[in-house]
Amino acid sequence: MTQAAALPETGGARPSPLRASNPLTRLLGDLRGRMFGTRRDALLSLAVLAILGSIASAILPWALVNATWTGASRADCTGGGACWAFVASKAPQFIYGFYPPLERWRPDIAFSLLLVGLVWLMVPRIPGKAYAIAFIALVLPITTFLLLRGGFAGLPLVPSDQWGGFMLTMILAVSGITFSLPFGVVFALGRQSKLPLIRWFCVGFIELCRGVPFLTVLFMAIVMLPFFLPPGTKPDPLALAVGGIIFYEAAYMAEVVRGGLQAVPKGQYEAAMAIGFGYWRTMLHIILPQAVRKVVPGVVNTTISLLKNTTLVMVVGLFDLLNIVSAGVSDPLWAGSQAEGYFIVGLVFWLMSFGLSCYSRAIEAGFARADRS
Amino acid sequence: MTPPLIRLANLNKWYSDFHVLKDIDLEVRQGERIVVCGPSGSGKSTMIRCINGLEAYEQGAITVGGELVAQNDDNIEKIRQRVGMVFQNFNLFPHLSILDNLTLGPIKLKHVPRAAAEARAMELLERVHIGHQARKFPNQLSGGQQQRVAIARALAMDPDVMLFDEPTSALDPEMVKEVLDVMIELARTGMTMICVTHEMGFARAVADRVVFMADGAIAEVGGPDAFFSAPKTERARQFIQQVIH
Amino acid sequence: MTISVPDHPQRSPLGRRRILGWLYQGLLVAGVALIAYVAIGNLYANLAARGLKLGFDFLWQEAGFEIAFHLIPYTASDNYWRVFLIGITNTLLVTVLAIAASTVLGFAIGIAQLSSNWTVSRAARIYVEVVRNLPQLLHILIWYNVALRALPPPRAAHSLGDAAYLSNRGIYIPSLTTDRPGLLALSILLALILALVLFRSLTSYAERTGRTVNAWLPAFAVLVALPALAIVLSGAQVSFSVPHLRGFNFVGGWVIVPEVVALVLAMAIYNAAFIGELVRASIESVNKGQREASAAIGFGWWQTLRFIVIPQAVRVLLPPLSNQYLNILKGSSLAVAIGYPDLVGVFTGISINQTGRAIEIVAMTMGVYLAISLLIGALINLFNRMTRIVER
Repeated sequence: MTQAAALPETGGARPSPLRASNPLTRLLGDLRGRMFGTRRDALLSLAVLAILGSIASAILPWALVNATWTGASRADCTGGGACWAFVASKAPQFIYGFYPPLERWRPDIAFSLLLVGLVWLMVPRIPGKAYAIAFIALVLPITTFLLLRGGFAGLPLVPSDQWGGFMLTMILAVSGITFSLPFGVVFALGRQSKLPLIRWFCVGFIELCRGVPFLTVLFMAIVMLPFFLPPGTKPDPLALAVGGIIFYEAAYMAEVVRGGLQAVPKGQYEAAMAIGFGYWRTMLHIILPQAVRKVVPGVVNTTISLLKNTTLVMVVGLFDLLNIVSAGVSDPLWAGSQAEGYFIVGLVFWLMSFGLSCYSRAIEAGFARADRS
Repeated sequence: MTPPLIRLANLNKWYSDFHVLKDIDLEVRQGERIVVCGPSGSGKSTMIRCINGLEAYEQGAITVGGELVAQNDDNIEKIRQRVGMVFQNFNLFPHLSILDNLTLGPIKLKHVPRAAAEARAMELLERVHIGHQARKFPNQLSGGQQQRVAIARALAMDPDVMLFDEPTSALDPEMVKEVLDVMIELARTGMTMICVTHEMGFARAVADRVVFMADGAIAEVGGPDAFFSAPKTERARQFIQQVIH
Repeated sequence: MTISVPDHPQRSPLGRRRILGWLYQGLLVAGVALIAYVAIGNLYANLAARGLKLGFDFLWQEAGFEIAFHLIPYTASDNYWRVFLIGITNTLLVTVLAIAASTVLGFAIGIAQLSSNWTVSRAARIYVEVVRNLPQLLHILIWYNVALRALPPPRAAHSLGDAAYLSNRGIYIPSLTTDRPGLLALSILLALILALVLFRSLTSYAERTGRTVNAWLPAFAVLVALPALAIVLSGAQVSFSVPHLRGFNFVGGWVIVPEVVALVLAMAIYNAAFIGELVRASIESVNKGQREASAAIGFGWWQTLRFIVIPQAVRVLLPPLSNQYLNILKGSSLAVAIGYPDLVGVFTGISINQTGRAIEIVAMTMGVYLAISLLIGALINLFNRMTRIVER
């Protein structure tokens, strides 16, 4: 025997009840190890839990326990909690803006069509994706515009300055995404082009849009652009804003698409050329289909940021969801309801954004699964 | 009889439910060359990564030069300075030149003056026949060259024992020989070595003992000639047939 | 790497593809020219109808409106060029503060996500997922209209040691003024440079000789001693002013107005979520083998971070981080929603209303942002080229 000292048992691994048969106990034990394994960890965990706990104990009683859910004005909201009566009573305005109440069935139809189109496009199992795209890109904008505006066949005219709220946010976002993506593809291809004039034009456009704040692009569209239109035309501010959104986001989409194009291995171009495909055929049949997969996360990210950017139209006087809630707060009956208003707006945006990013992750996982099988 | 340099006693490790190392007992004396082989998934890499604390273990004990190896201990870094390791993927530091790769450890950990560290580094680089590349960067070298640099980097810390984790498995066939030659030269200088490898020719040339592992346990130990010509277990026999084709 | 379909070597310059190429370009030029022709025609017609002319002479007109917050002196009788400068300085102030705050917070969030402590990493993850999915404008409005409004009036302000105060009129902090501000600034700058040089030479001396030398203490001493020495030797007057309540408000000290506080807080919190993700991704991009090799040599956690992980992570981190900083600059334009007089608010907003010179003003505003973006972009390219990991 050479070593006199007894050899202690473990080699520094955290004690873990590994061979527990119950997966729940195993999970809990593992968690406990990672939260409270060392003394420093335990202190940190307790500190973080304390902070989270104090935040929750500040918000939850306000939002749920002491809240008032019905009422006709702020004065009815006693109890020190959230005044959800504000949201309840203003809800139609938050959703439809200043759209005449009798005509609200028209946005309802338009929204249902949008939902149909989105489900058709986004759920993987439903076939005919190309038709879904055509539906969303062509049929939907035209029908929505005609339906909402009216002015024919007995439908009363509802000018766009009465469109507002969540409905307006959706119009801005959906038209923004629908049109900025194809423009983005065009600019991305143009940026790769060997023809110098086309390349410089595209590079210049992209760098310009990416170098300036979105707000200045909106100002440019709403304040500066009318100067370049024939005198006497009164352009629709909504149309100008949508135009601004489309062009600004097209530049960002272009960069995302460019990244996707560059991620396609060079060998694919060579293989396509070896078959005899020209530039357009190569792009259409070989490159773009492969780039699509690499591009999904970036496109969804740009979509989320586009969605968040729609709130900026508030500054140029359009009444999107955020602005109409702010306007609702300034109603003397409900003065002081900012917290409730912003909470609802935040909730809506968060659900949409987080939902989109979960969808993107699911699509990527689906691609990865398809690869492995 | 001198105490063993490295001692694994009743070593057991689990990944969750999976028992990856089962009752490993092994002693390595100073100057011994051990080759560890076996089918993939047999736990060979895991075992030698436990020796320098890159993997933790749940049961048993590993001692290096009499000191206990425990991953979260304060003295694990001192132990690692005496154990050199060469990885399958070289793991050279790409943002440093070859010379700086070798001198970083001695300068920062052993407080060797820069000039002395660089002189020793050049000496080691010459030994692995790559002295002329000292100012280059890792990504400018071929795989075989990078692995030779990795060996020199491990030697730069003056270790008592060198661990090799499948050093040639990631190399193109024509580069395997240059790395094995360096390892054989190293063995001839009397360095204690534990190599996980599939290169049976190397085992035959250099090993004092061959440790055959299967399913997380040591299945057979023996001198190389005895092991290759007359393996005692069926598992070992199958393995040798598959490897020598 | 430009992906372009390579040419066949045998094609002659007058081949079909070339002609098509010229055709496309010609179409583009013709299209742009046509649109420009029509647009400019309309422009002149519209300008004539309003009695305006294109030109930058309006910049020297008197502005005639007040601006609540300005870093350089301004009165209503100053001209629009001054207004332009005020806008730029106000924008830069908020941007720089927000960048500093969001960087510190962002690094903390990013590193927290990599922590082995489950609570800490989950909490950081929740922070990122909640914060970044809310619009930045909403963040700003919440901080300004909800959080800051909830602060007490100056008479009941929260005090920090009787030297600093928190109220709904802003944050009041003690101020340091001197009659030789240039000297003070210069001595601080000099001290920074000297301290840095001293630090570098001490550490390389330690490396060369192998002795352990504490480089921090001497460097810190220089940093503090030099400005102090400069003040004492030059006889400059340095006065310290602590805010105190007089009537309904505070006098003395410096005040950070609520708009700035709300903007900086909101932008810091929002952008920290994104910066955290960048930091996390950059550290994760350094592959595990690097950490193992470093550990195998005997480096501890901090040394591995310092010599191996951070140098490699920084190369991956800096380009998208600088992009995020540009986003912060562009995001500062949201200040107009809470009435803070940044460049967009005071120039593209008020000034266009007053002068009607939309074209010139929008162009100037965009020009400023574009110039800064291109400058930062060029610097990043330079950085990339200088620190490229050398490959074959």
